[in-house]
Amino acid sequence: MTGPPLIEVEDLRIDLDVGPSRVAAVEGVSFRIDRGETFGLVGESGSGKSITALALIGLLRQPLSIGAGAIRFEGREIQGLPAARQRALRGNRIAMIFQEPMTALNPVSPVGRQIAEMFVLHKGKNWREANQLAVEALASVRVPAPERRVNDYPHQLSGGMRQRVMIAIALACGPDLLIADEPTTALDVTVQAEIIELMRNLCAERGTAILMISHDLGLVANVCRRVAVMYAGRIVEQRGSADIFRACAHPYTQGLVDSLPRLGSRAVLGRTRLREIAGVVPAIADFPNGCRFNPRCARATEICRTTAPETTLLGADGLVRCHHHA
Amino acid sequence: MKLGASLIIGGALFALAIFVGLFAPWLAHTDPVMDANLMNAEEPPSWIWWFGTDAQGRDIYSRVVHGARISLTVGIVSQLVNSVIGVTLGLTAGYWGGWWDDFVNGLTNLMLAIPSLIFALAIMAVLGPGLTSLLIALGLTNWSFTCRIARASTLSLKSQGYVQAARVLGYGDMRIMITQLLPNMLGPIIVIGTLGMGGAVLAEAALSFLGLGIRPPYPSWGSMLSEARDQITTAPWLSIFPGLAIFLTVLGLNLLGDGLRDILDPQSRSRRT
Repeated sequence: MTGPPLIEVEDLRIDLDVGPSRVAAVEGVSFRIDRGETFGLVGESGSGKSITALALIGLLRQPLSIGAGAIRFEGREIQGLPAARQRALRGNRIAMIFQEPMTALNPVSPVGRQIAEMFVLHKGKNWREANQLAVEALASVRVPAPERRVNDYPHQLSGGMRQRVMIAIALACGPDLLIADEPTTALDVTVQAEIIELMRNLCAERGTAILMISHDLGLVANVCRRVAVMYAGRIVEQRGSADIFRACAHPYTQGLVDSLPRLGSRAVLGRTRLREIAGVVPAIADFPNGCRFNPRCARATEICRTTAPETTLLGADGLVRCHHHA
Repeated sequence: MKLGASLIIGGALFALAIFVGLFAPWLAHTDPVMDANLMNAEEPPSWIWWFGTDAQGRDIYSRVVHGARISLTVGIVSQLVNSVIGVTLGLTAGYWGGWWDDFVNGLTNLMLAIPSLIFALAIMAVLGPGLTSLLIALGLTNWSFTCRIARASTLSLKSQGYVQAARVLGYGDMRIMITQLLPNMLGPIIVIGTLGMGGAVLAEAALSFLGLGIRPPYPSWGSMLSEARDQITTAPWLSIFPGLAIFLTVLGLNLLGDGLRDILDPQSRSRRT
C-alpha cells in the first residue's frame, strides 16, 4: 500500500482528570489501520479500548483528554482540525456502531428518517432523495420489506433489526472506517453471527476498514486480520489474528487464549477446569509499577515489578510488551 | 387504548370553547357592543335573554360568546410565546451549560421569585391597556416552569445513547437539539403548556378585572366580571355567566393537561403499541 495509512495512532496517551491530579488511562498506544483492513482491539472492561475509539473520532470529553501522541487520518492530524471539519469526518468518513442498539436510536423518530438524516447532513441531499436512499440502505442491510419498515419506530423492531438499522446509518455515507464497539454484546448468539457476517460482507464490498472493539478474543480473531490486545491502558501484544492462537507471546494473551473453551478440549469434555487468569484488572488510579500485568502474571520476576517493558518486534507485523515473552 | 375520562371531558370543554370563539358572530344573538337598549336593561335570564341583560340592556349571552374570542386568544397566544421562550432558554442552558446555564438559571429564579401577576401588572402599567399589551405582558412572564422542565429534560436526555450516537455521526449542536432532544421532551412541555393556558385565561380575567386588560365596552370575561361587581346582589347573572365561562374553560384546560400527561408519558406510550 502506498501513501499514508487510513488511520495511524502514535504513542497515544489519554489522561483522566481526578481532582488535583491526572492519571494516564491509556498510554503508549500505537497502531495503524490500512484502507479496507480489519483490525481488532481486545481487552477486558476498563482496559481503555473504548476511550481509545472515542479519541479516534475526537469525542473525548472532560474528565478525559488526549495527553500526548498523535492520531492521523489519511496523514492529517485529527486533533488540529477545526470543530466543523472534525464533525464533517464523523459519520461521513469515520462511522461508529455501538453496543446497545436499544438506546442508540432516537425513540421518537422513525428509523427511515434517522437513516435519511445522514444523507441530508453529509451528502447535501434533499429529504425526498434522502428518504429514497434510506429505503435502499435498509434493503442493503437485509431488512425485509424496507419500504414499510422505514416508517417503524425503534421500539417496533427487534434487537437484531435495530442493530441492522444502526449499521445502515453508519454505512449510509460510505465511510472509510467503521468503528464497531462491542457490536453484538447485547444480542442473542444466533443473531450475533448474522450481524457480524452482514457487517463483514458490507464492509468488504465497499472497501470500508473495520476497527472492532470487543472483549471476545475468538470473535475478533475471526473477523479481523490483525489483533491488538490491551491490558490496563497499554497494548501488550499485537499480531496477525492467525498467529494469536498458535503462538501468542504475552502471558496475558496466553491467559485469554487458555480461558476460551475449545471444541474437543479436555475442559469442554469436563475432565479439567477451564483455566482462568487470577485476580482482576487494577483500577486506573492504582496501576502497579513496572509491567502492569505483573501482580497476575505467573512469569513475573523482579524486573517486572520495577521496570515497564518496552515493545519488542516479533516477525513482520507483530509486537509484544513483556520482559519474558515466549 | 382507553382514553382517560379527564382527557375526554377536558378536551370536550376546550373544544366547545374554541368552537364558540370561532363561530361567535353566528352564535351570538346581538352585537355585543353596539346593541345597547335601555328598554331591556337588567333583564333576568329568560327565553329571550338566555343569560339576562346588563345595565345598558346588552345581551350577556352574546357578550360571553364574543368574550371567548379574547380570552382564548390571550390564553393560547401568550402561552405559545411562553413555551417558545422557556424551551429555547431551557434547552440551550441544559445543553451548553457553563455561564449561559448560570445566567438562565438566575433569570428563571428571578422570575419565580416575583409573582408573575405582579410582573404582568407592572408591564401593563407601562404599556397601557389593550390586547397587544396583554399578550406581551402574559407572554413574557410565565415561561419559568417550561424553562425548568426543558432544562431538566435536556440534562437527562443528554446522556442517552442516541444523543451520544448523533454526536458520533457528525450531527451539529443545533441538529442534536432539534431532532434528538426537543421531540423527546415534547410530552411534558405540552402538558405544562396546556395547564399554563388555563393560567393565562385566569390572568387575563384578573388583569381585565383590575381594569388593566381589555377595556369596556369590548367584552372579555374578566372585564365583564369587573363591570358586574356593583350589581352582584341585584343582578347576579351579570357575574355568574362570565364567571362560569372562565371556570369551565380553565377546568377544561386543566383536565386536558392531566389527560395529556397520562398518554404522553413514554412509559404508557410504549405499552400502547
